[in-house]
Amino acid sequence: MFLCFQGVGDVSGQGPYIAGITNRNTNLGIRGFMLFSIGVFLALVLNLLQVQRNVTLFPPDVISSIFSSAWWVPPCCGTASAMIGLLYPCIDSRLGEPHKFKREWSSVMRCVAVFVGINHASAKVDFANNVQLSLTLAALSIGLWWTFDRSRSGFGLGVVIALLATLSTQLLVYNGVFQYTSPDFLYIRSWLPCIFFAGVITMGNIGRQLALYECKRMSGKTHQD
Amino acid sequence: MTVRERLREKISAAFYRHGLLCASYPVPIILFTSASILACCYPLLRLPLPGTGPVEFTTRVRDYTVPSHEPQGDLGERPDWYRGPPVAYIQQVLVKAAVSPWDSTLVPVDVFRSPLGRVFSLLEEIRNHVHNDGSGVRSLEALCLQVTDLLPGLRRMQTVLPEHGCLLVSPGNYWQNQRELFDSDPDLLKTVHQHEPKGLHTSATLRDLLFGVPVKHTGVSLYSRKRVVTYTITMVLGSYDARFLSSLRARLRQLHPSVNCSLREDHMVHVHFKEEIGMAELIPLVTTYIILFAYIYFSTRKIDMVKSKWGLALAAVVTVLSSLLMSVGLCTLFGLTPTLNGGEIFPYLVVVIGLENVLVLTKSVVSTPVDLEVKLRIAQGLSNESWSIMKNMATELCIILIGYFTLVPAIQEFCLFAVVGLVSDFFLQMFFFTTVLSIDIRRMELADLNRRLPAEAGMPPPKPGPLRPREAPPPPRPSPYTITLQTPAFRNLRLPKRLRVVYFLARTRLAQRFIMVGTVIWIGILAYTDPAGLRTYLAAQVSEQSPLGEGGAGGLPPHLGGASVFPGAGGDPASTLSVLPAPAEPTPLPENQSQGHHGAPREGVPHQAQAPPLVPQISWGAEDEEGWRRLSFRHWPSLFSYYNITLAKRYISILPVIPVTLHLSPREAIETRHPQDTRHPPPPSLKTNDLPADLTFIGTYGEGSKQVINPPSLSRVAALGLAAGVLLVLLLFCLYRVLCPRNYGQNGVAHGRRRRGDLPCDDYGYSPPISEISPLLLRGHSMDIECLASDGMLLASCCLAGQIRVWDAQTGDYTHTCHNLGGGTEPGGGVFDEDEGYPLRRRTTPRPALFEDQPDLTPLIDTNFDSQPPSHLLLTPPRDGFDFGGLVERAYLEHEPPSPGLTASYPSPSPPSGPPPQRRRSLGAVWAMELRGNLIAAGRSSGKLELWDAVEGSLRCSNEDGVSGITALAFLNNRIVAARLDGSLDFFTVDINKPLGLLQYRGPPGRSNIPPSPCYSSEDVISCQLTRSVQCAHQKPITVLRAAAGRVVTGSQDHTVRVYRLEDSCCLFTLQGHSGGITAIYIDQTMVLASGGQDGAICLWDVLTGSRVSHVYGHRGDVTSLVCTTSCVISSGLDDLISIWDRSTGIKLYSIQQEVGCGASLGVISESLLVTGGQGCVSFWDLNFGDLLQTVYLGQSSDGQGVRQLVVLNNAAIVCDFGSELSLVYVPSVLEKLD
Repeated sequence: MFLCFQGVGDVSGQGPYIAGITNRNTNLGIRGFMLFSIGVFLALVLNLLQVQRNVTLFPPDVISSIFSSAWWVPPCCGTASAMIGLLYPCIDSRLGEPHKFKREWSSVMRCVAVFVGINHASAKVDFANNVQLSLTLAALSIGLWWTFDRSRSGFGLGVVIALLATLSTQLLVYNGVFQYTSPDFLYIRSWLPCIFFAGVITMGNIGRQLALYECKRMSGKTHQD
Repeated sequence: MTVRERLREKISAAFYRHGLLCASYPVPIILFTSASILACCYPLLRLPLPGTGPVEFTTRVRDYTVPSHEPQGDLGERPDWYRGPPVAYIQQVLVKAAVSPWDSTLVPVDVFRSPLGRVFSLLEEIRNHVHNDGSGVRSLEALCLQVTDLLPGLRRMQTVLPEHGCLLVSPGNYWQNQRELFDSDPDLLKTVHQHEPKGLHTSATLRDLLFGVPVKHTGVSLYSRKRVVTYTITMVLGSYDARFLSSLRARLRQLHPSVNCSLREDHMVHVHFKEEIGMAELIPLVTTYIILFAYIYFSTRKIDMVKSKWGLALAAVVTVLSSLLMSVGLCTLFGLTPTLNGGEIFPYLVVVIGLENVLVLTKSVVSTPVDLEVKLRIAQGLSNESWSIMKNMATELCIILIGYFTLVPAIQEFCLFAVVGLVSDFFLQMFFFTTVLSIDIRRMELADLNRRLPAEAGMPPPKPGPLRPREAPPPPRPSPYTITLQTPAFRNLRLPKRLRVVYFLARTRLAQRFIMVGTVIWIGILAYTDPAGLRTYLAAQVSEQSPLGEGGAGGLPPHLGGASVFPGAGGDPASTLSVLPAPAEPTPLPENQSQGHHGAPREGVPHQAQAPPLVPQISWGAEDEEGWRRLSFRHWPSLFSYYNITLAKRYISILPVIPVTLHLSPREAIETRHPQDTRHPPPPSLKTNDLPADLTFIGTYGEGSKQVINPPSLSRVAALGLAAGVLLVLLLFCLYRVLCPRNYGQNGVAHGRRRRGDLPCDDYGYSPPISEISPLLLRGHSMDIECLASDGMLLASCCLAGQIRVWDAQTGDYTHTCHNLGGGTEPGGGVFDEDEGYPLRRRTTPRPALFEDQPDLTPLIDTNFDSQPPSHLLLTPPRDGFDFGGLVERAYLEHEPPSPGLTASYPSPSPPSGPPPQRRRSLGAVWAMELRGNLIAAGRSSGKLELWDAVEGSLRCSNEDGVSGITALAFLNNRIVAARLDGSLDFFTVDINKPLGLLQYRGPPGRSNIPPSPCYSSEDVISCQLTRSVQCAHQKPITVLRAAAGRVVTGSQDHTVRVYRLEDSCCLFTLQGHSGGITAIYIDQTMVLASGGQDGAICLWDVLTGSRVSHVYGHRGDVTSLVCTTSCVISSGLDDLISIWDRSTGIKLYSIQQEVGCGASLGVISESLLVTGGQGCVSFWDLNFGDLLQTVYLGQSSDGQGVRQLVVLNNAAIVCDFGSELSLVYVPSVLEKLD
């Protein structure tokens, strides 16, 4: 992932050069692909964290446990993250309030780290009950939003997407398409919305940062015209 | 004043004082901080070192009791994990078995088949052993650890590992502990091997588990030289019963005595295992660490403008890390032992604490004015950011406090650590980092001072601008040449050090030789260690000669063996015994021997002594005492993990081994043979004795090694090779990135400074073809050129002597039609007070001679001054390719040396100067000059504004409304804006009273894309009227004045920029944002306004709204020049750095480090071509990549004057001043691009 970001920096650092040879759609595609791969990667890693919660010691074939969940979950996460990452800058530009708060890669990395940390905490820390877990995660997620986003549109979109995602997951589970690995059903349900919210904020942050280069390119183009 | 403001002020003042303190006493403060870090970290010494290796503790067997759960304080050396009963007791029975005596009729399989077969009887013995004493009957079944199912994932081991019963493992498990299966197994090795995992494995394999000794010590192979088979029977006991164990030990010893065994049996070892970190747990951990490093990378990348970027980045990281250590240390000190996994929460702690404050501090300090004292800078920087730092810290503390109230123990602990970490981080930032920063800045200033001193000696004053003192030394005599052509060979190559190092390496081929030597050594090692290779051969040689090397060759007398290397040493007496028996009939072995070995083991002792040479040596050494140590430390955890029993944070007790020695007779070995066993080895020839057997054995060894040993070793070698290859590729890649001067189009790394010397070409390699650029020197001025103005067609220059010369900047195909009648019209005001002399000069005579001097220059000079004055004196017809060398003018200078004024011959037909209008400095120096159309507007130090006809050289009008010196002029359309020294701004309107033919274009219109400038003819009456005067436009002198797109922008020393509308001279905006005087302004047709100040800041403004778009600190010291392209902003500063910024984001793309005293003048020729003035040269840069394209030297000696002014003409030529000369440089390649 680091290399991936590095690649972003390199590509966009060339500024006019790349801008000259890429059109808008290609750029969109690159961004989408990048977000997709980040989403898939995070889904795999975080899934692994959740798997660890249930098994104390791993059988020797560990790698297969990465893919222990349904195969279509990581692509779904990737697609969702690509959509979110593209949606955020789009909404920003639609609303006409460009996101100016902490627009640096270091801040984005910090955000990703905190997101992984929230997942880690939800997986590793034993909570007394699920209400406590929910409240803690909610506080952490809102703290994440306050620290790295602070935009109303980001919050609104995050809440909406989190609710939708939770709802769709529940529907899937009720229809028997997908089963949680853990028998502890309430546990999953209590952290799912918060994790979704934090994930939406994180991916939105990444997407905005990626879109920054495109913005620059567009502005350069208008000036050229 | 609200509470908030008061608080803010107090905090700011406190930080200011603190900054002063830190910068004043750097060394004591750093010492103090280091001492406190060490003091806080001291409690960490008591914490165990992290690691997953097991810890041991040894107790005596004799008085062993199960330790109680309660910690007992009195036992100091007892580790704190030694509490409660262990998970299990491990009792191993170490069996060493050999067929003795060995004879040639035996096939290699016999080495291990019968010894392994004995395991079943041993197992039987152990299982059935019952200890009966007064207290009751004990058996293994009662004592052993009962296991249930294997883990679901281990189905394939189900047949091998015991389930639902005693955990008792031995090699017999391969055959389900059934002798029948063992006997009917045609290939034992295959059975053993088929359970081995494929590929590379590091942890314990099944073979290790069952044999209980490392693979290579088992001796279970076709060619073990010792012919001793070693294995263990491992009993895992759930409870400890000393009497049962001792009776078992006694029984086994009685059955199978080990004579020379002196193993200690009085110590048991307790092994405590740490938490196991599995692969699956590592992946998220590695991910978080990668994110952490990315965060640190992106953060420290922002540190800029300091002496040592990496030093400060290191200091920042040290600050964060040691604050973490301090927090852990403090928490430990106050009795809060960390229960969290340190490695796991560490990245999150770093992320929470963050590097932001450190970076903010650096930025703030760096952006303070450079001319302040270091102390004050630090103090100011600190106090500027004090409020935000305190606010951030309060916010973070609040968030963490909220986390603390979640009442989850783990989160509470994390929060506690984070709070202590935050506080200690704040402490370290304030003391450690601030001090380091002050030291760094001081170093930077010292370095700057050292660097500037020599530079200033040979340089014009470092701050060029209108306020520069006007006195300048008389110009140096021009040397007799005109044009310098720089061939690539002569181009000055100043190689950077790293390139020199590389070239040195390349010359001496050090790396190549090193690699060659390394390869040879490596091949040697490979050949030696290869199983089929040299070492085996050598070992075979040695074993032939030494009597003790091989078991079978034990009886070889040394003198005989030493005599011959070849196997023909068949005459040794011991072998005669075995010559006779054929391999097909192995039975006729000597009866006594077989009997001796076959009999009761008690008799084995004397018999061993009796026939020592043929008996494989079974020796018991100290290494057997704790044979389990040679196993992987993951041996026991993996054994237990198969049954889902974790050993993490628990311990097992390993009891002393029970040694069992087995001697088997050859007959027994043969009896237990499987029919297929004999097929494997080639039948030994009849005349073989022990030695040939050995040799054939070695021969098979080679083949066998390919089958048995080679698969793992091959895979290992392949993996090693792959790893080495990957490493090599990475290394090469890094080397390439580091050493390659061009990073092709990747600016990601180019954030560092690019030196001028990094030419894209070099002596050793490829030099990119660059079309030759030759400068054209225009001479004529007697002193340094002060002002330079051009509208693309004409070029006006003014020197310190007050002389204005007009040059044609056109290409040769242009024909000029303006008539120069200036000679006749005497300008008013007596400005041309020397004009009388000019018509009398005779120029025709020297000219041909001069041209003979420079015949080769003719094609090179594009400029053709066809503006040939049809003077009334000399009717020289304009010639094609007419050369205007400065020589001519200089010749005139030499002709009349005593009267410099005479050089100012005004309508001189002398080609080089064209029609140079010229006057003396009678009314003050010309401080500003503009050229539009054919009017030259000149502002004088006396405050007088003059309008000159550029073609004719006549003064058309003048205006003396102001008295303060004109520091800057702007001439746009028919308006002139003059900025004065007192800060006032005057708007003039130029009126032309001309009935017809007002607007003509000089030159073909397609050539020029600038707005058409009217051409005034000489008949017009031009008047210049002051339309509006803005008094006190600025509080301090106006330094910069730019006009474009109907706006006039002024920058002043009062730190503000003002924007006026040109039409009605109405002030639109006053832009505030700089903390120093404005030194550079850029505005263009697209209403982009950029300003740079003495504070090194660059601001981009929106001219329409007056809002600041971005604000960056780019330079230490003044920004001397600013240019924008459509995508980026280019700035140069007094720090000789040219920085290229992204225009929309304000992110620095890269910067170019120039030589000292160079970077004052800039110009953009096209979107991607930047030209900078240097010491006697101009350099062309590719803006996209930051590559130096070419450096054009203007004179022969490059140590001449620096280029201070640089004007880019729109026909892709640049004009720059070069002392008293002008240099016209064409960039032909750009011309093509522009077309």
